Amino acid sequence: MTVAPLLAGAAALLALSIAAIPLARRPAGNKILYGLALALSMLLLGGAINHLVSGADPAWIRLPLGLPWIGSRFRLDALSAFFLAVTNLGGSAASLYAMGRGAQEPEPQRVLPFYPAFLAAMNLVVLADDAFTFLLAWEFMSLTSWALVMAHHRERGNAHAGYVYIVMATFGTLALLLAFGLLAGPGGGYDFAAMRTHEVTPAIAGLVLALVLLGAGSKAGIVPLHVWLPLAHPAAPSHVSALMSGVMTKAAIYGFVRIVFDLLGEPSWWSGLIVLFLGGITAVLGVLYALMQHDLKRLLAYHTVENIGIIYIGLGLALAFRANGMGAAAALAMTAALFHVLNHMLFKSLLFFGAGAVLGATGERDMEKLGGLARNMPYTSFVFLVGCVAISALPPLNGFVSEWLTFQAILLSPDLPQWALKIMAPAMGGLLALSAALAAACFVKAYGVTFLGRPRSEAAREARETDAFSLAAMSALAILCLMAGILPGFVIDTLGPTTLSLIDERMPVQASVRWLSIVPIAESRSSYNGLLVFAFVAASATFAALVIHRFASTRLRRAPAWDCGFPDPSPATQYSASSFAQPIRRVFGTSIFRAREEVNMPPPGDGRPARLTVTVRDLAWELIYVPIVRGAAWISERLNHLQFLTIRQYLSLVFAVLVFLLLVLASWQ
Amino acid sequence: MIDGLSIQISQMLLVLALAPLLVGIVRAIKARLLRRRGPSVLQPFRDIARLARKEAVVAESASWLFRVVPYLVFAATWVAAALVPTFATGLLFSWSADLIAIIALLGSARFFLALAGMDVGTSFGGIGSSREVMIASLAEPALIMIVFTLALVAGSTQLSTVAEIFLSGVGLRVSLGMALVALIIVAIAENGRIPVDNPATHLELTMVHEAMVLEYSGRHLALIELASALKLLLYASLIACVFTPWGLAPAGAPFHVHLIGAAVYAGKLAAAGLLLAVFETMIAKMRVFRVPDFLGAALMLGSLGALLLFVSRGL
Repeated sequence: MTVAPLLAGAAALLALSIAAIPLARRPAGNKILYGLALALSMLLLGGAINHLVSGADPAWIRLPLGLPWIGSRFRLDALSAFFLAVTNLGGSAASLYAMGRGAQEPEPQRVLPFYPAFLAAMNLVVLADDAFTFLLAWEFMSLTSWALVMAHHRERGNAHAGYVYIVMATFGTLALLLAFGLLAGPGGGYDFAAMRTHEVTPAIAGLVLALVLLGAGSKAGIVPLHVWLPLAHPAAPSHVSALMSGVMTKAAIYGFVRIVFDLLGEPSWWSGLIVLFLGGITAVLGVLYALMQHDLKRLLAYHTVENIGIIYIGLGLALAFRANGMGAAAALAMTAALFHVLNHMLFKSLLFFGAGAVLGATGERDMEKLGGLARNMPYTSFVFLVGCVAISALPPLNGFVSEWLTFQAILLSPDLPQWALKIMAPAMGGLLALSAALAAACFVKAYGVTFLGRPRSEAAREARETDAFSLAAMSALAILCLMAGILPGFVIDTLGPTTLSLIDERMPVQASVRWLSIVPIAESRSSYNGLLVFAFVAASATFAALVIHRFASTRLRRAPAWDCGFPDPSPATQYSASSFAQPIRRVFGTSIFRAREEVNMPPPGDGRPARLTVTVRDLAWELIYVPIVRGAAWISERLNHLQFLTIRQYLSLVFAVLVFLLLVLASWQ
Repeated sequence: MIDGLSIQISQMLLVLALAPLLVGIVRAIKARLLRRRGPSVLQPFRDIARLARKEAVVAESASWLFRVVPYLVFAATWVAAALVPTFATGLLFSWSADLIAIIALLGSARFFLALAGMDVGTSFGGIGSSREVMIASLAEPALIMIVFTLALVAGSTQLSTVAEIFLSGVGLRVSLGMALVALIIVAIAENGRIPVDNPATHLELTMVHEAMVLEYSGRHLALIELASALKLLLYASLIACVFTPWGLAPAGAPFHVHLIGAAVYAGKLAAAGLLLAVFETMIAKMRVFRVPDFLGAALMLGSLGALLLFVSRGL
């Protein structure tokens, strides 16, 4: 597979984007455009999978675009092919979903022209092979997604979300620009091939790592750079939210992996330590933030932060193992991280689609006004449940497999020579387990409050099942979640060339293991068979059902809820999202979020209702961003009078700066 | 292969038969300790049979999930219990799920049960679910830390292998002591025993597990009761097979060794039941928000044990 057809696909998406401008207002435009986007994404997906499975050599192409003396280089290797597959799988699902749900868009001309361009930009990011093309595609990706975030700009909070997003995205691109500058060195070899051969000193390597963590990390949502993510992702239309959470954060992971594993050369052990630590913190804080939310889409966005943390734990372990020459362990950790990249794309897209279906059926994102949707939306509720089980890392679905592989990688870390890593790895293992348990808690809350219980509003009571296209997209993703969970060996084998290209080592081939088990190191050490676990649970449940229905009573009576004898007909007496999270908020939130509860009880005889006020503070915002914003405002206010100088003053200022710079240059030499 | 299969099947039936008996033993001993006569040790069997014969009353607001959950919870717990070596290590399917997967399988069961608690839309169901997940969110990391400790000592997370290695003797280790205490605390919390939760309660604001399954009746409740009995048995077997592996029949042992193994296992279960009953009688139930401290101790011990092993490796 050469690069040219893939680039042609991306170019076709761009052309589709232009065609969308006149077509968007037509009633049929929606289906045609999303249908074409679906077809193109499927073609690109096919190309990527073909490259991965055939194990072909990297192919590259140089186009006479971009800077005149460089041109644009594009390259398809195992790493880009994997991320290309993830991108286009997500893109296909989102396009299929939008063929149905897109019709409900109030202003399609604000969404349709940017959507194919956004897809194309993400494709170009993973294909780019020089810094200029990469940054151009990266910025294009940011801008198109920003336009999509602003599609509903009149809704409350969306303009603010867009503003925060564009500031953070620009900052991230700046950091990446500097990182590429350092990698290219004074010679200015801006294509990736030159950067691979260019050796950097450890100090520069550290600086590059910091800049990449700032640049790609802010796009992926590492704490504390995550603040824009839970604002921007939910603000976009749901299929775009799914793309941003499920796919664009993966492009950010790609950027990190490409630079740190491929371009930067041999890592040092402390880079693994830093990445591991950031991953663990991100995972736990992400899920704790999510638990405090009662907006369904924002909750999902915070879970993206959590899952990015889990991926970074895997990447950090891979760096640490690779720095110490433990190739097999590094391959295991890397496979776990990449497997989670795929998994997160699958279940997060599914969940955002589900949230979009709920939003379409009820007009509500606030879980406190939902409830009981499982009755009116049986199919959506079923596939959403699959997504919830998958993201909670429960067997036999896919989320568990990647976390299990990460645990297996952590269990290899006692052999690391550095003490800091030996202590950090099990601690992060504990945090990973904590985040998995909290994620399960959070999705009991999300599913329980949204789909179960009694409807809390008229809109929830009147909800209707979503359309066939959306259901098809969600079902396809749910099936893929199950398949990746019960047949993980195939995914691991497909990832083989990618890890091989990054760390010169791969996990043992799993296809030959009996009964399709996965065996990361040796069978006496650990193995897992999702297929058998699934079959056993299914068989036992069927067996129990058969026995019960054969020998026990089959009578069933519907009656009012018992509730210990005091059922209250008002749906407001149910547990709400905030009350469900209250125990966890008390245990974790009082210190991390300074969560405070205040009960305002009127005196006896006063008819006013009692009030419970809960305040949760985001310390990352208050301690880091607010001072920065204040500082920027303070400086700009001080510099404000520079706007009102006379021409003589301006000229002398220019002269002074010129002299100063010449002096600096002179002393530099 | 045939040996493994027969051991696997007999284990599956054995755990199903012994689980209510263990509950019965604990209840009978507790009654004795409280100077009551108490019901016979077979009472849980009778309860389950009685429940299964009755009609199931399902709340009007319940969704499809409510009726599916009991089967799923029972199946997941049964599969998990069938994979923990009880009397022999030569289980045919032991390799299909290691200790981490067994814990996660129990996590799946809990996830669905907590959802069922939310399903009817009553405040008791919600309170039970929310507290259950709070307790689980603390117990699960502690459990993973314990798994790390065991896995590093045995060089495997495969429970049959771990049991065989511990059977051949690994000596006394501080880490294992810490892991044992932590595992006991986690087992108490996960099974909703005193001091974390009271399994005998049915009308208390402090109930957790019982509040969650409050709306269940008839055959559904029978399955859930059986599943929670299986879970108690699972934790007892887990502690027994790792920390007192004596008497376990190794893979390929002759038939009479397996019989001895079964007898020893029955003795271990009886001992576990006795200890649990004595402990529960001695201690008062704690407030819900004291539970994090209790489980925090388990997490601390588990982490210390694992950390000791992590840093002592390669010295």
